[in-house]
Amino acid sequence: MMVPVSYYLILSAIVFLTGVVGVLIRRNIIAILLSIELMLNATNINFVAFSDRLQDLGGQVFVFFTLTVAAAEVAVGLAIIIALHRSKSTINIEEFNLLKW
Amino acid sequence: MAYMFFGYFAGIIAITAILVVALRNPVYSALSLLVMFFHVAGLYITLHAEFLAAVQVIIYGGAILVLYLFVVMLLNVNRDDRYHSQWRVAAFVCIPLSIEFLVLLSGGIGSAHRAPASLSVEPYISNNTLAIGKMLFSTYLFPFEVASLILLVAMIGAIVLAKRDIGENNAKHMTRAPGAR
Repeated sequence: MMVPVSYYLILSAIVFLTGVVGVLIRRNIIAILLSIELMLNATNINFVAFSDRLQDLGGQVFVFFTLTVAAAEVAVGLAIIIALHRSKSTINIEEFNLLKW
Repeated sequence: MAYMFFGYFAGIIAITAILVVALRNPVYSALSLLVMFFHVAGLYITLHAEFLAAVQVIIYGGAILVLYLFVVMLLNVNRDDRYHSQWRVAAFVCIPLSIEFLVLLSGGIGSAHRAPASLSVEPYISNNTLAIGKMLFSTYLFPFEVASLILLVAMIGAIVLAKRDIGENNAKHMTRAPGAR
């Protein structure tokens, strides 16, 4: 009575694709960071599903490290957003073309 | 029973993930992401990862989401949030990804029912936290230390980026780019 691991893969693929679409089509930088969180969670679901299926705790330890990286990414990303908002008083991503050639 | 729980959690996760992208107000997006984090934690519990479920709720739901909501309310943005004007490029990237997903879905379902490969692991310890701790401090000790270094660097970087006047006095006499504040 175990849910096959392919179901978890499908769920994770759906969430990951949603995150990719969100990164590509949203214009709000905060929404883009939220979509990155979606992608990280999709990979975490995969890790835990395979850790349970293969009876190997390494996957759960990797989720732990992913959490660490996600926390660091959020801290730095939100600091960048605050700095951007201070310089241009908008967080619409189309207003930022400073690095465009 | 397991299918019922999985169906509930997976359905809510998929719906709220789509809502995160679809909703226009960033506050609603963040709250929908919060619901998704809780259901991912529930999914972890059905997968016998109780420690990770608790960590998911505490770190993601407690720390990261609060940070997001704090920034959203600090910047006070709930307007002009249409989709990106380059949505054609996005569609050009996303449609092949979706087709690939469907192809993999149609081809790979039958082969996933195999028994897992026989690995030489000790039987699953019932105390999940104890097992993760033992593994984290023996096999993964060096990555654990590197993670602490990452957190330190991120903390210093966030402070330097977000603080207004670090180095302002020194940079006053230098030439400033015309786009700078």
